[in-house]
Amino acid sequence: MKSNPFLVFKHNKRVSEPAKHAKRSWKKRNTPFSLSKTVLILTLLFLFVPLFVIIAYSFNSSKDTSFTGFSMIWYKKLFFDSTPLWTSLFNSLFIAITASLVATILGTLAAIGVSWYKFAGKTYIQTISFLPMVLPEVIMGVSMLIFFSGIKLPLGLFTIFAAHTTFCLPFVFLMVSARIDEFDYSIIEASHDLGANEVQTLFRVIIPAIMPGIMSGFMMSITMSLEDYVITSLVSGPGSTTLPLYVYSMIRFGVSPVINSLSCIMILATCLLAFFLRKGLKGFAAAK
Amino acid sequence: MKKDKSEKSERPPAAQSKQLKYASMALSAKYKQKNPGGFYAWPMGLWFTIFFIVPLAIIVAYSFMKRDVYGGVIHQFSLSAYKQMFTPAYGMIFLRTLWISLISTIVTIAISLPCGYAMARSKHQTLFLILIIVPFWTNSLIRIFAWMNILGDNGLINQAFAGIANLWNKIIGNSGYVYSPKKFMYTQGTVILVSIYMYLPYAILPIFTAVDRFDFSLLEAARDLGATKPQSMFKILIPGIKSGLVSAIIFTFIPIFGAYTVPLLVGGKDSYMLGNIIVDQVQKVRNWPLAAAFSMVLTVVSTAGVMWMLMSNKNEATLKKVSTKEDTSASNVSTDSSEGAK
Repeated sequence: MKSNPFLVFKHNKRVSEPAKHAKRSWKKRNTPFSLSKTVLILTLLFLFVPLFVIIAYSFNSSKDTSFTGFSMIWYKKLFFDSTPLWTSLFNSLFIAITASLVATILGTLAAIGVSWYKFAGKTYIQTISFLPMVLPEVIMGVSMLIFFSGIKLPLGLFTIFAAHTTFCLPFVFLMVSARIDEFDYSIIEASHDLGANEVQTLFRVIIPAIMPGIMSGFMMSITMSLEDYVITSLVSGPGSTTLPLYVYSMIRFGVSPVINSLSCIMILATCLLAFFLRKGLKGFAAAK
Repeated sequence: MKKDKSEKSERPPAAQSKQLKYASMALSAKYKQKNPGGFYAWPMGLWFTIFFIVPLAIIVAYSFMKRDVYGGVIHQFSLSAYKQMFTPAYGMIFLRTLWISLISTIVTIAISLPCGYAMARSKHQTLFLILIIVPFWTNSLIRIFAWMNILGDNGLINQAFAGIANLWNKIIGNSGYVYSPKKFMYTQGTVILVSIYMYLPYAILPIFTAVDRFDFSLLEAARDLGATKPQSMFKILIPGIKSGLVSAIIFTFIPIFGAYTVPLLVGGKDSYMLGNIIVDQVQKVRNWPLAAAFSMVLTVVSTAGVMWMLMSNKNEATLKKVSTKEDTSASNVSTDSSEGAK
């Protein structure tokens, strides 16, 4: 065996020819030490250390970053003494659900149309459904802000809803399209042949078939909407504070450890979500 | 399942296959007439036109107009915004933004390649996916805040060093050395570090997907033909996952290039970036044409990146198509990848 930088500890004893081959084979997984695995473990540590730090601080009794003892006061404060935070959470949830619903409906229909039919303006729709995903968020936020102020639409929940729907749509479209690609147009032909009209076909054949794609698009929209700060901060007005905006103001002006306890709960919620959606994660990674 | 897919990819487009399938021309004409594709797709098309294309068009138009004193523009053609943009001070910010995003992207990709490879080769793919996605789905502000806690003047690292210094003093008697906290926050290095942290999952996921779809028997073949492991990695694996690699680069570079929150929260004067100029020009200075002109720069750079991504996907798809025609036995793998590239 030639010198191999990916294997740090080598077995020096003589081995038979088939065994050598097996060792060379990439299928063999129990290499004693591999560079790529080490990098992966270190990267995961790097990704998780900040999260653990936040969780540890959330149980700290001191108001600043020095550890003074275990305490639950920040959780108590979060649940019983943070009305603005809860208001902003409800705003966030309201927008996430409405925007995701609209995005899911529009995106699913468009994915059906674009995947299976030819019509005027198809290339245009395909191109513009892709663009919002890759343009920096700042551009989208600023252009919408200027647009809304141009048409004299007061900034508030509606403008946030419109912006969120716009940036969620491409992801729904992409995920539903990926699911549709697994089906053949013949299922629709079969449905038509059996006498179903277009609406019946849509609700009884197409939508049940592509439901997993629709659901993952919807979940993705919810998470993206709940998480967005940049665009929301540009198109929000007075009285329409969402959770990320509130978190931002907590970070920027007067850090209160309540944010740690809130973060800890959000991290746990994310873990649970990822765990429940674990089957769909591979598809999610591919869509990214 | 696989067989089904490969059949499908060789099928002609839906409209043609309909004609093939239905011998009766009348039936086919009926379907063409009642083609509901437009009804399905145009609601989204209209939504994007109103809330995305029109605002972008306004930005383009505003960048060629004169500023009005209290925000807004004077409707008159002018290149003043672009002239203003090409001053050394703004040029510096542009170069800085480019530098920060390039260095962050390079480091991110260098880390993500082995990570994606190890994940794809692992038996515990789902576990690793969960572990990558949890930080990725955690609110970005909270992740930035965590770094502020770690790197702050009284943060975790400084506290740890102070603790070590104290311990040292206790061991060797009082040496008189007092640890003074290091300034990590509000520097360019922190912006780069946090940017890498924020966008690592964006790079790992597409690389993981590409490696996962890669046919590893090609690597075995390369090794059997005498390539060393690094050779087979760089000559077989990297070209094989090119489209995943390109989308990883794009999804890392473009967001960092247009970053706003990271430099705002952990950056100082030496890390003011294009995204910050744009927002400040819109909200504080209210010089809309200048903000629009800077947005144009960001848009052009991102569009160029996306074009590159699409081109590399297309090249790969055509390559795969050719190889499928020549070698049908390899059709399984190539169909999978070409579907991914589509």
